[in-house]
Amino acid sequence: MDRIPILRLGRVLLASIQQELTDDIALALQQDLTEMAAAGADGVIIDISGVDVVDSFLARVLSEIAAAARMLAGETVVAGMRPSVAITLVEMGLSLRGLRTARSLSDALSALGLGEARIQGRS
Amino acid sequence: MSPEAVTRLPVTSDVQISGARHAVREAAIAAGFSLVEQTKLVTAASELARNTLVHGGGGHMEITTLGRDQRGIRLTFTDSGPGIPDVAAALSDGYTTGQGLGLGLGGARRLVNEFAIDTGPGRGTTVTVASWPRGARRVTL
Repeated sequence: MDRIPILRLGRVLLASIQQELTDDIALALQQDLTEMAAAGADGVIIDISGVDVVDSFLARVLSEIAAAARMLAGETVVAGMRPSVAITLVEMGLSLRGLRTARSLSDALSALGLGEARIQGRS
Repeated sequence: MSPEAVTRLPVTSDVQISGARHAVREAAIAAGFSLVEQTKLVTAASELARNTLVHGGGGHMEITTLGRDQRGIRLTFTDSGPGIPDVAAALSDGYTTGQGLGLGLGGARRLVNEFAIDTGPGRGTTVTVASWPRGARRVTL
């Protein structure tokens, strides 16, 4: 089974979903992120700009990742939700309560105190 | 009326839920759905396919293009699982048997133009939904 790679940017974990997300891959991401958060991190970013459908299952997985990360590491920011996905979630009645979102990856990094300039400065 | 084009796909694994989403996306694009309309229908299909798998023990999905201009799409999800004893409760928000957020069936209904369910204890479940792109001539489900 494929797994979503998780990058470590300082004390922040970054998972960018760029592939078709089956339920098993989503659950594996939840497990991997939670374990890495427990091993030491101050925040989690999940980039969903490549995700064209968020159904109630994936919404639940994202909420649970955020809930676990809040206890272990800190804030989770979901970045890059497509407008069509946002409209659909609202119509479905899913508000993703408790989930912090950011328009882009760079906004998410800023939100967690890891600005773009600092990242670029390191490379 | 021109013959309806029907595609039938098995729904017996989580990978096939993903396959169902792809097939519905392609059909919606071919039928002229806007991006938002595509996303709503594909999301509804994802919810319903998961119900078929998780609660129905697997089954199949049929995609049918509707109407003279073939711009509407009807999706039928069929399983021969235990059936739903209380449909009204299953359609209400917050109803859950453990998976998702309890918005699967009710959420899917809000994302489509037409929704019908045929179920009962011991006789499986068939959910039929239909949607049309904005401005298309509708035919009945």
